[in-house]
Amino acid sequence: MRLALGIALLALIALPFATEAMGQPALLSLATRVVIYAIAAASLNFILGYGGMISFGHAAFFGVGAYTVGILFAHSGGDALWGVIPGSTNLLVTLPMAVLLSGLVAAVIGALSLRTNGVQFIMITLAFAQMLFFFFVSLTPYGGEDGIIIRRSNELFGLNMRDKTTLYYVILSVGLVFFAGLSRVVNSSFGAVLQGIRQNERRMAALGFAPYRYKLYAFILAGMGAGLAGALMANFLRFASPDMMHWTKSGELMIMVILGGVGSFLGPVFGAAAFLVLETFLAGWTENWQLALGIILLVVVLGTKGGIAGLLDRMRGRMK
Amino acid sequence: MSVLRVSHLVKRFGGLIATDDVSLTVEEGEIHALIGPNGAGKSTLINQLCGELAPDAGRVELAGRDVTRLSVPARVAMGLGRTFQVTSLLEDATCRANIAMAVQAREGLNFRIWDRIVARQHLWDQADALLAGTALAERSAVAVQDLSHGERKQLELLVALARKPRILLLDEPMAGLGHVESQEMITRLREVGAQTPMLLVEHDMEAVFALATRISVLVYGRIIASGSVEDIRANPEVREAYLGAEDELC
Repeated sequence: MRLALGIALLALIALPFATEAMGQPALLSLATRVVIYAIAAASLNFILGYGGMISFGHAAFFGVGAYTVGILFAHSGGDALWGVIPGSTNLLVTLPMAVLLSGLVAAVIGALSLRTNGVQFIMITLAFAQMLFFFFVSLTPYGGEDGIIIRRSNELFGLNMRDKTTLYYVILSVGLVFFAGLSRVVNSSFGAVLQGIRQNERRMAALGFAPYRYKLYAFILAGMGAGLAGALMANFLRFASPDMMHWTKSGELMIMVILGGVGSFLGPVFGAAAFLVLETFLAGWTENWQLALGIILLVVVLGTKGGIAGLLDRMRGRMK
Repeated sequence: MSVLRVSHLVKRFGGLIATDDVSLTVEEGEIHALIGPNGAGKSTLINQLCGELAPDAGRVELAGRDVTRLSVPARVAMGLGRTFQVTSLLEDATCRANIAMAVQAREGLNFRIWDRIVARQHLWDQADALLAGTALAERSAVAVQDLSHGERKQLELLVALARKPRILLLDEPMAGLGHVESQEMITRLREVGAQTPMLLVEHDMEAVFALATRISVLVYGRIIASGSVEDIRANPEVREAYLGAEDELC
């Protein structure tokens, strides 16, 4: 396992050289998007797979993260937001702000929607995300439905962030830190309680855990993760738009989690990669690529226990 | 002061009165058995005592404090422990992890996201100590979903004990156990009962008569009799209502 991870890490580091040698710079962009979506999908998997909360509004936090970067950029010319909050184009400022704000939004949405369960929870998270979507559509000072164009990516230590390779390495580094952190959280005291709540909420209550508080905490952490991904996406696309929090985006994140393997640590990485690669290649092949994707999703859900991660696990088991 | 005091508890489901003015106490050092035919409202009563179900009227007090309106976790924090009739455990987790989770619940520090659960040696030590000497000791690394019914029943009790409750509500701990397993469970409950007062809901009369210091009989949501083992054995009303055609009680 360690060996496989080490090889994968080396491959990720070597990737820009490979794409350049092949003369396929588009592949590097694809890889960058995979890293960003892997973060977003993993944060959804944290509440969906580990916590058993089927949130259908996860793109809301992705969008809030992206808009944080966009709005801070829009005010970086000197005109402070509401006359008090100065803008910023420094990644060391914008990323933490995006994480903080999406965490706050998640706290509000979570506090209300976690009072429900099951289908109601799915619907209420969807409703909140759509409310945010329409809020940003009507937010004309920041481009309304056209979104905000961010003319240059945020600065970091004077690096040339216009360079695709540099940006890839920055985003990859943030991704690695994120996954290292996530691994700690999953294996922490809190992570154990969260997984207990997924397995049997009634039992956990009978042990004295008040499930609501733990679920809310997880929901906030997951929102922060998605906000981080959104902020990276805004830097990568140099653009933030309401589409980033449309319910179809929440659906895509969910598809990534399911494709990769619900509740598996690396599943969302596989899922994000599979989804984006399929999207890229199927879309180049046929206009109706979503039909093909639908069939593949069907096969994965019905045919594999636990998505791609589950499949890999069983292949490894068979080789032994 | 009673460890548990239930006063005039009433619960209605539409026109059906599931709990009809029930009052009972569990005193220190007591194993109070609650018996009654199927559908007498025993589980409904237990669920109200635990806080899963809100009563329509009446009071529940734990060690002198009114807990009628408190949630399940709040009551558990005050020392109420329970086992489930249909075992309710963490299915994917091992035997040992289920017990460690109960210890974790008692010790707190559970919002920590930067520690390592495997490194909280104290939890695992206590789980191992509870497992030691039981039939489950050598099954400690087995996931709950792979345990037999009897093993699950034993684990239910160990998990409840790991929480170190001041009072235990046991909902049919013998249900579905074989003869040997029942005997072991009776022995175990007698040991536990020496330290922890219990309200024991049970169908197995052999177990009830072997363990109980007091018996209450619940029929159609009402307590029709309450007294010592001998009183209940001799009570004609109980024989009529509950034991029916049985000539001899065990």
